[in-house]
Amino acid sequence: MIQAIAFYLFAIVVIAAAAMTISARNPVHSVLWLILAFFNAAGLMVLMGAEFIAMLLVIVYVGAVAVLFLFVVMMLDIDFAEFRAGFVRYLPVGLALAVLLVVEIIFYGFAVWQTDSLQLARRVAPTPESVPNIQAIGDLLYTRYLFVFEGAGLVLLVAMIGAIVLTQRQRGGTRPQNIARQNARRPWEAIRKVQPPVGQGVEL
Amino acid sequence: MIGLTHYIVVGAILFTMGVLGIFLNRKNIIVILMAIELILLAVNINLVAFSAALDDLVGQVFAMFVLTVAAGEAAVGLAILVIYFRGRGTIAVDDVNRMKG
Repeated sequence: MIQAIAFYLFAIVVIAAAAMTISARNPVHSVLWLILAFFNAAGLMVLMGAEFIAMLLVIVYVGAVAVLFLFVVMMLDIDFAEFRAGFVRYLPVGLALAVLLVVEIIFYGFAVWQTDSLQLARRVAPTPESVPNIQAIGDLLYTRYLFVFEGAGLVLLVAMIGAIVLTQRQRGGTRPQNIARQNARRPWEAIRKVQPPVGQGVEL
Repeated sequence: MIGLTHYIVVGAILFTMGVLGIFLNRKNIIVILMAIELILLAVNINLVAFSAALDDLVGQVFAMFVLTVAAGEAAVGLAILVIYFRGRGTIAVDDVNRMKG
């Protein structure tokens, strides 16, 4: 009973937040609705017993991706009102296509579930009993899927380097550190011994 | 009782919301990127729902990889957006025709 209530709460809020994300007038509001959708999707994942994916959703999506969107939306100085121009014009066709698509997907989902010919013996990694979800995923990830896991790390590395290379720019008027010149500097170039006559001082 | 079908329906509706978002906000590339994130979230919900229904952990492992790719895609997409705005002063999708593609 409590599970059903929680499911319907999370499901309704996630769908409503998604609708507000794509229809909000202000992109900052869109990002905030997106964050709400991610939180409620994480709630759905907890209901399904996938605590690790739920935590990952909150940490990666809300903590990194949504904040990245927020930064970019706030950094760009754009009049977002002009982008709304075609909204009403595309609404009928878009809604018709969306309804068609959702009906197709749901009927396909029902069809798969009602055939009931899923062979449970052919599962790749059955969920182990009496092991927490996170430990079970860790056991799988660091043994059988180790290379795929490292590939995922490589994807993130390439994305990070790509984003840095793309957005970095040389500004004029700055004095960046020149490490080679610093290392090539020797003490006899840096200091000078003088014996000034009394009362005349040193000329620098 | 809440079964697999409920989660599939939620995933399908969320996926459709993402596609609809791409249709409606055709000029605003930031909202298009957010709609793509919604689509990937729907895919993740489907993967985890089947993983929970079949008691097979591979779905959750794969959902993690989908999440990784989504994070990388958001980072690179927003970086491209930023340099495009720096060069052109606008991010209107209709104006992206420099390469005459």
